[in-house]
Amino acid sequence: MSFVFSIDPLLGVLAIPLVAAAVLALLPSYRLSAGLNMAASLGALLCALMLLAGRPVPGQYLFVDDLNVVFIILNAFVGFTTSVFSASYIAHELEIGRLTPWHLRFYHAMYQIMLFGMSLALVANNIGLMWVAVELATLTTVLMVGIYRTAEALEAAWKYFILGSVGIALALFGTILVYLAALPVIGEGLDAMVWTTLVSHAASLDPSLLNIAFIFLLLGYGTKVGLAPLHAWLPDAHSEGPTPISAVLSGLLLNVALYALLRFKMLIAANPGSLAPGSLMIGMGLLSLIFAAFMLYRRRDIKRLFAYSSIEHMGIIVFAFGMAGPLGNFAGLLHMAMHSLTKSAIFFAVGHVVQVKGTQRMADIGGLTISHPVLGWSLVTGAAAIGGMPPFGVFTSEFLVASTTFARAPMLAVLFVFGLLLAFGALLMRVNDLAFGPVKGAVGPVRASYLPMFAHLLLVLIAGIWLPPPLVAWFQHVAVQLG
Amino acid sequence: MHGLSFDIAHMLAGALVLVSFMMLYQVRLYALLNVLALHALVLSLSVAWQAHIQGSPHLYVTAAIALGFKAVLVPWALRRMVFRMGVHREIETVVSVGLTMLAGMALVALSLEVMLPVTAKADPIAREDIALALSVVLIGLLMMVTRRNAVSQVVGFMSLENGINLAATGARGMPLVVEISIAFSILIAFIVIGIFLFRIRERFDTVDVGALDKFRGGQR
Repeated sequence: MSFVFSIDPLLGVLAIPLVAAAVLALLPSYRLSAGLNMAASLGALLCALMLLAGRPVPGQYLFVDDLNVVFIILNAFVGFTTSVFSASYIAHELEIGRLTPWHLRFYHAMYQIMLFGMSLALVANNIGLMWVAVELATLTTVLMVGIYRTAEALEAAWKYFILGSVGIALALFGTILVYLAALPVIGEGLDAMVWTTLVSHAASLDPSLLNIAFIFLLLGYGTKVGLAPLHAWLPDAHSEGPTPISAVLSGLLLNVALYALLRFKMLIAANPGSLAPGSLMIGMGLLSLIFAAFMLYRRRDIKRLFAYSSIEHMGIIVFAFGMAGPLGNFAGLLHMAMHSLTKSAIFFAVGHVVQVKGTQRMADIGGLTISHPVLGWSLVTGAAAIGGMPPFGVFTSEFLVASTTFARAPMLAVLFVFGLLLAFGALLMRVNDLAFGPVKGAVGPVRASYLPMFAHLLLVLIAGIWLPPPLVAWFQHVAVQLG
Repeated sequence: MHGLSFDIAHMLAGALVLVSFMMLYQVRLYALLNVLALHALVLSLSVAWQAHIQGSPHLYVTAAIALGFKAVLVPWALRRMVFRMGVHREIETVVSVGLTMLAGMALVALSLEVMLPVTAKADPIAREDIALALSVVLIGLLMMVTRRNAVSQVVGFMSLENGINLAATGARGMPLVVEISIAFSILIAFIVIGIFLFRIRERFDTVDVGALDKFRGGQR
């Protein structure tokens, strides 16, 4: 097989961020670089959309299929909207002197490298390349989390770095084991790491080796997903870094790690002799959900609140994939997309709120709907959506998970719904204090870019009412493959 | 299985596990860094031997990287850092050395118990390598967990990466992409760690990670 990147859109998705990163690292003017950051992200989004029209032939390194095409586009879309939000956010940070122009050059370059890493992980057809890409994305986010250089930010970055690298190291060990399982069947060399080849030979791979590999992969990539016993880095990383990074972390990076895990789950599902990963995933998912739901009650920091909510939702998604079956997998995929859009919208709102109020402590924030109606109501809408209120897309996916669980394992469904209600109650309580009641804290004007927030919430609303048939068809196809 | 080549590969992989154990009982930072260099040296020998018996010359590159970068450059840089920053030369452990050693032995037993039956059908060299590599990985993890000092956590992480390198080279014909990336990621990882260590120094006047916890300010 030849080394072909025959295709323009795919190349565009990868090359644009890379070139942009190099240029952004050299540009001194922050206005220009914020603009360029947006332009590059928009370019990548357009290229990603072009993938809808025609897909390239799978190569040994890169490929596009029904599963990743949705996430490539989602990734590029949230990358773009976040860059728009980031422009207004950064302007304010520069004004109050939390960041210097030198920091911003670094920030913008890292932002594009991170997008590159995530896109590469999504389109990689090679499990080794996918690992490298996830690692790259992780390292760039570590640097971004530490960018404010306060004691807390450094601690968060250090913790994230150590836990992230241990996770990623375990994932690599799992990847090596998968290669070892493929070795006798596919033969030496690159082919044994190509995902499409692996899946077509999946039935003849050694099941016991695959089982061990999957456990390492689950622990490794699971650390990056933020599943409950391995989640310790997540709240710190979300609360101490710049808010655009929190949005991308929750909205994209967790998804990318989960996507990597799903690829291996498809491999396991295609092998009849291997263990059913369901029970492991259900256990970790349910633990994350219920643990995070309880933790939500004790939060005092607004960004940590929504970070725990991300753990909760990752728990829901992993639980859904653990329940498996066409319906469970479908719901999991849908929930990944919905959570990504909703949570980043919430972080956009939270970012502006924190800038206006000058604090992340929830006790010092109140009456947002009175002092800043647009911002306040956006936050309320976002929280209602993430809590699973009916007209929004998150409700659809949560309802699907709950109904398939009720049909097959009622006891689990009781626990699942208990977790959902618990989390919803916590969010209701917190957001009630934030959005309504007497106005607390600064009431200065807000120079926000509302567009990204509205776009996300609108999409979530539309998805709750009507899902485009091609999307449903793709997800159904993938859901069957996921077993 | 060819007798001698298998024995040598096995011996080198076993030596790596032994050196991992040596790391566990070091109480001084400089000594620990010496052991780290030794660890990388053994890894480099092991990788070079794999390159020889597998007839895959690209593995020599990995061996050279392990020798030049991990056995010489990194320990040297860490040593300078420790000297410049006047860090505590003693390593503070969370659990006593004896207990850590016992835990290490249990981990080796565990990894042999888990890996050997599973890889029964695999190539014998790969089989031993993977089992021993898992031991090195787990001991590396153990070290990261039981040390408070940031430098020794970094050392633990590097020994963990060495274990993964051992596994990667033991798997016959594993594509070069991965090996280069491992070396490269270690480089990046090191730079990252370096930056962080310096920043930590700026802020706290210590490289003891325990000091970081003070800044958490209770529940937030």
